[in-house]
Amino acid sequence: MTAPVLQAEGIVAGYTADLMILHGVSVEVAPGEIVAIIGPNGAGKSTLIKAIAGLVKVSAGRIAIDGRETTGTPAHLLAAAGVAYVPQTDNVFATLSIEENLVLGGVTLPGRQARARIEEALARYPMLAERRRQKAGILSGGQRQMLAIARALMTAPRLILLDEPTAGLSPMAAEELFGLIRGLVGGGAAVLMVEQNARAALRHSDRGYVLAEGVNRIEGASDALLADAEIGAIFLGLRPADSEGLRP
Amino acid sequence: MILQHIADGLLSGAIVALGAIGLSFTMKILRFANFSHSELLTWGAYFAVIFFAVAAVIGGGYGTPIAPFSFGWPLLAALLVTAALTSLLAIALHHLVFARLNRMAGHMTMVFASFGVALLLRHLLVLIFGPAPLYYSSALQFAMLLPGGVRVMPDQVFLLGLTVVVVIALHLFLTRSRTGISMRAVAENPDLARVSGVDVGRIVMWVWIIGASCAAVAGVMYGLTVQLRPELGFSLLLPLFAAAILGGAGSLYGAVIGGLAVGLSENLSVMIIPTTYKPAVPFLMILLVLYFRPEGLFGERR
Repeated sequence: MTAPVLQAEGIVAGYTADLMILHGVSVEVAPGEIVAIIGPNGAGKSTLIKAIAGLVKVSAGRIAIDGRETTGTPAHLLAAAGVAYVPQTDNVFATLSIEENLVLGGVTLPGRQARARIEEALARYPMLAERRRQKAGILSGGQRQMLAIARALMTAPRLILLDEPTAGLSPMAAEELFGLIRGLVGGGAAVLMVEQNARAALRHSDRGYVLAEGVNRIEGASDALLADAEIGAIFLGLRPADSEGLRP
Repeated sequence: MILQHIADGLLSGAIVALGAIGLSFTMKILRFANFSHSELLTWGAYFAVIFFAVAAVIGGGYGTPIAPFSFGWPLLAALLVTAALTSLLAIALHHLVFARLNRMAGHMTMVFASFGVALLLRHLLVLIFGPAPLYYSSALQFAMLLPGGVRVMPDQVFLLGLTVVVVIALHLFLTRSRTGISMRAVAENPDLARVSGVDVGRIVMWVWIIGASCAAVAGVMYGLTVQLRPELGFSLLLPLFAAAILGGAGSLYGAVIGGLAVGLSENLSVMIIPTTYKPAVPFLMILLVLYFRPEGLFGERR
């Protein structure tokens, strides 16, 4: 068995020393895997991926990337080590041009390699290439999400952390984005995403974790979680008859 | 007459502009109003006094003036050395005071600490050099007569040219170099910059180096065209803040245009109000900007 890309065990973390949000959460993501974290508001989903990205201080527990312990590593060094994080809001630099956003994505790479990757990214997304000198602030929500992911992919990361990637997108744009996320894990990279839209997230992932009140509640294969009526009712607030895309 | 005021305004505005660049950057990136920034101008000016004194011992000293200026090549060396020394001073203050407070205290604590730092820096200079004015050189300089009957000092024209060079260099740095682009990224969204791989601590050092170097150049040029006093920077504090606030925190062009606007309004104001009230002009500008356009001319609305 290959080592997991991400191994997080018993994570305790919070924004201030006296108020912990996570009380011992464990998550694992294997190479080529898309894993969804779902759960009610305030469960600590976003805090968990911020802790993995190095933005929230981890008070206890350990995190390893590709088998190497990274607990407590500053965020900018994690980025260089292959962890990419796309936040839910403010995920592009609105005052910088589209090209400059990509420069930021490749800031840890040698200059020549960074320039080559920028051209690759612009070739992959013609919409971005057309506007390369314009400010990212002019882009629509879906286009920003695309730029944010293109920026995160500049380092060819091992682990891609996505916080609510489809928030605010139309159902069609969300489906398109999930298709794009599936394409990210081809080369053995791994995706860990947090989603409010539990059903859609489970339909487009391999495994899922249900988080509530800062602890793991249930984990399993995504289709099994989707089929389990009890999970839907208790943790996702869904009834079996709920329509697609309804937010819990 | 009005042409003369415009010329004087632009020339004094250039010093304010150079000083406001660093103030504006620290306001945006370190997120506090640094009331000790003006003291970096004073220290820059006095570092040059030491430089010329040392140069006089080694030989060369103030150098042979290059006509029509009052100074020679040693001044350029002095600008570089004082910029470096003032940067070291700013970085030391950052580590001793601002970085420590930033970890545990709020924004207002930082502002008040900067008042304390300013007092300390200013009175250290009084202690070392005394309160009496100093001059780099006792040589007299004659004004040049420009078309339209405008009289300007050659040194001031040099200062205006130097300001343009500094601004162009900073523009290229901010738009072409990865460090410069990273600096703009940190100004907008420090967390996103961090997860992209930017070492924010290193960018903060660059902010201090740029701010302190511009301040040092402004201080030396002020000392050259006026005189050196320990209150040199303090007397420019209000104009510096007016320029930075008018231009908008974090904006290079905002700081420059703000500086020139402050210089022009101060000098043009004496045509309609008594000279005694001239120092009130930047204060009035701050009030007007904060009332009508709090983000400044080029700032981002938050």
